[in-house]
Amino acid sequence: MDRIIRVMVAKPGLDSHDRGAKVVARAYRDAGMEVVYTGLHQTPEQIADGAVQEDVDVLAVSILSGAHSVLLPRIISRLRERGGTCRVLAGGVIPEEDVPGLLEAGVARVFGPGSRLDAIVDFTRELVRSRV
Amino acid sequence: MELVSRLLAGDAAALARAITLVECDPPSPRDLLAAIYPYAGKARVVGITGPPGVGKSTLVDQLATAFRQTHAEVGVLAVDPSSPFTGGAILGDRVRMVRSSADPGIFIRSLATRGQLGGLSQATANAIRLMDAAGRGLILVETVGAGQAEVDIMNHAHTVLVVLAPGLGDDVQAIKAGILEIGHVFAVNKADRDGADRTSSELEAMLEMAPDRAAGGWRPPVVRTVARDGRGIPELVQKLDEHWDRRQPELGAWQRRQAAAELAELVGAMARSRLQDWAVKSGRWEEVLDAIVGRRLDPQRGAETLVSHYLNCRPGEDQGSKTGGRIGRRKDA
Repeated sequence: MDRIIRVMVAKPGLDSHDRGAKVVARAYRDAGMEVVYTGLHQTPEQIADGAVQEDVDVLAVSILSGAHSVLLPRIISRLRERGGTCRVLAGGVIPEEDVPGLLEAGVARVFGPGSRLDAIVDFTRELVRSRV
Repeated sequence: MELVSRLLAGDAAALARAITLVECDPPSPRDLLAAIYPYAGKARVVGITGPPGVGKSTLVDQLATAFRQTHAEVGVLAVDPSSPFTGGAILGDRVRMVRSSADPGIFIRSLATRGQLGGLSQATANAIRLMDAAGRGLILVETVGAGQAEVDIMNHAHTVLVVLAPGLGDDVQAIKAGILEIGHVFAVNKADRDGADRTSSELEAMLEMAPDRAAGGWRPPVVRTVARDGRGIPELVQKLDEHWDRRQPELGAWQRRQAAAELAELVGAMARSRLQDWAVKSGRWEEVLDAIVGRRLDPQRGAETLVSHYLNCRPGEDQGSKTGGRIGRRKDA
């Protein structure tokens, strides 16, 4: 039987809107996944602890503030420290030159502006499949 | 099992994984539930229900934080509906649980209904049990008060808090048949809004008419709250505590009733699936179905035929049982 994929869509830091995150959350839901949405202004600790408690397969972090190179490594190290095994995706306004650093920090892939929703959903599904 | 020992030690990741496992239908590792069962049964469970939009999640956030003053570890289970079309769900309770999610002493887990009614209450009961065994001394279970499954879930709570808000209008009338009976404590949330007086007094009037609850004649109190800023929360916690204290003498009897209801449900589900399997495999299912569709047999008698074949009973014995007459006759005898 196909297991239902669980995803957390998280918004760390000071971003003032979550339009993109909500659109992605809906796309996940419409693809039959269960999406835990955190809302705005979450700390890295809140997000990492939440992802552990919810036992999600994938944590999708949306950042528009420019603080991605600080926030994402903090989220990932807290996540691993607490025994979280989920894969991490990043989305939002992230300059090309910052991407290699994020991948090195453990982000599976970065989706910038203009990314197609079906590409995000397909990649997420593949990521979960390859994990099992 | 390594998972079990980590869970019993209170490890959050182990608890989270265990909940994922029991959320499947049927729960995949029966050993897991069997292994933790002796360690559960210690937690106090508070159920929170009410119509959508009354502020349940915000109230749960406040209550979880307040209960942390008396409990080292608090668990929250938030149940949300799955989409009937895609099976997906957006679980948004964390958006309102800002304070609780920042407190590592509060474990929050969102559950989707996954379109299974009876199975949902079983999955929730098992999740409560896991949290309990993992040392969460107080567990808050939040559901949308919309249907039978939610009412069933509330059977697992020692205290049921029903949350309403002003502006529901006739909805208060409409829901009284469903959730008013199961509430031990009522909160009128958003009490700073117009119409809070009216909602409270309507509610009190309805509760006046309700028959006294059995043990001790507990009259469900109505507390006004503003979950957004915390007004009324201490009073609400006090009422919940009073109800818990009041429950103590009958707790043993209550647990037995719960166990009986769960056993009956499980036996029913198990017997049904075994009987159906047998009927399908032996071909009798199709036989009886043909007879029903062809109007040669009515569904009631069709079911009786299958059940009595399965149980291999003497035909005479279960003839009378269809109207319950046999039980009556035996009493007379």
